[in-house]
Amino acid sequence: MSPYHRPVPKTWWLKRRAYFLFMIRELTSVFAAAYCAFLLVFIYKLGEGAQAYASMIDLMQSPSSIVLHCVTLTFVLYHTITWFNLTPKIMVLRVGEERVPPLVIAGTIYAGWIVLSLAIAWIVLGG
Amino acid sequence: MQETVQLEIFRYRPDQESEPTFQTYEVPFREDWVVLDAINYIKEQIDGTLSYRWSCRMGVCGSCGMMVNGVPKLTCAVFLRDYHEGKIRVEPLSGFPVERDLVSVVDDFINKLKDIKAWIIREEGQEQPVEEGEYLQTPAELAQYKQYSMCINCMLCYAACPVYAQDSTFIGPAAIALGQRYNMDSRDQGRDQRQEIIASHEGIWECTFVGECTTVCPKDVDPAAAIQRAKVSSTIDWFKEVLVPWGKRK
Ligand code: FES
Repeated sequence: MSPYHRPVPKTWWLKRRAYFLFMIRELTSVFAAAYCAFLLVFIYKLGEGAQAYASMIDLMQSPSSIVLHCVTLTFVLYHTITWFNLTPKIMVLRVGEERVPPLVIAGTIYAGWIVLSLAIAWIVLGG
Repeated sequence: MQETVQLEIFRYRPDQESEPTFQTYEVPFREDWVVLDAINYIKEQIDGTLSYRWSCRMGVCGSCGMMVNGVPKLTCAVFLRDYHEGKIRVEPLSGFPVERDLVSVVDDFINKLKDIKAWIIREEGQEQPVEEGEYLQTPAELAQYKQYSMCINCMLCYAACPVYAQDSTFIGPAAIALGQRYNMDSRDQGRDQRQEIIASHEGIWECTFVGECTTVCPKDVDPAAAIQRAKVSSTIDWFKEVLVPWGKRK
C-alpha cells in the first residue's frame, strides 16, 4: 500500500495562465541578455574605427535586423513591465507601522523610467 | 425538481487499485454550500468509503486544501455556486504523494517546518527569566512580521508551486515565509541558524518567482514576496562578507 505519485506532465506550463505568462517572462530574459551582448559588440565596433562602425550600421538597417529589433523590443518591454510590477513585492518600505502603498513604489519606478528615457531621447535626438 | 451538481472526485484506494480513478457523484445544489459541504454530503449519504481531511470548516485549521477544478483551494472557503457551470473536479493537493482518495502525504512539509526552525530562538544565556514577564514589542515591530504569522499551514502554496512539483527538495513557500516570520520578529535571535537552510541550494535560490503561491494563499501571507525579500537580505549578507570580511555580519 504505497502512496501514489502523480506524474508532472511536460506541458504543465500550459495548464494555467499564470504559468504560461511566467514562462514567457523567463523566455524574454534571453532576449534581454542577447541584446546586452549585442550592445557590447556595437561599442567594440565603434572602437575599431569609422569603417567598422559604418558596416555595422548598414547591417542594422537590413529588414531582418529591423524585424529582430522589433521582436526584441516587444520582449524586453514585457520583461521590464513584469519586473517593474513585481518590484513593490520585493521592496517593502515602512513608515512607522504603515506600509508604503505598492502603487507608490511602482509609480516611482515608472516615473524614473520615463524621465530617463526622455533624457536619453533628448541627448540622442536633439542635444 | 431539486437542482443538483456533479462532483468528479479523485479516488485512489491502494488496497484495491494501483492507479487512481475518478468517480462522479451527484449532490443537491444549495446556494449556501461550500465544496466541503458537498463532499461531506457524499461521505454521509452516498459513499462512506471516501477519505479526505477537514476539521474547522471556517478557514482556520488549514486541513481541507484540495485542487478544485485544478486550482488549490480551501474547500471550506469556496462555494458550489461559484462553480455551478458543469462538473466540479476535486483532487488531492498537487505536488504531494497521495495516501488515499483526497488525502495527501504531508510529512515532507512538516519536516521542512522543523528544518526551518519555525519558532522563536534565543541565543545561549539570552533567555529572559519567566519572572521578568513577556518580551515586549512595539506595534511597529509587530507589523514587521504579522502578515507572515497568518499562515495556517494549508499547503495550498506548495500545490501551486511548479518548482516544488518538479523537485520536492525545495524548502518551499510556506516554510520560507515562516522562516522570515521569525527572522523579522524582534524577539528572535535565530536568523543565522535559519540562514543555513534558507540560503542553501534547496532554499530561496530554487525559487524562480512564478508568484502563484501568493495568488492562491487564503490568508494573504504573500510567500512569494517573503522569498524575494529573503533573497535580497541574503545577497546583502554576501556582499558584506565579501566587501567587509573583517566586519561580523549582523
Ligand atoms: S476545514 Fe479548516 S480550513 Fe477548511
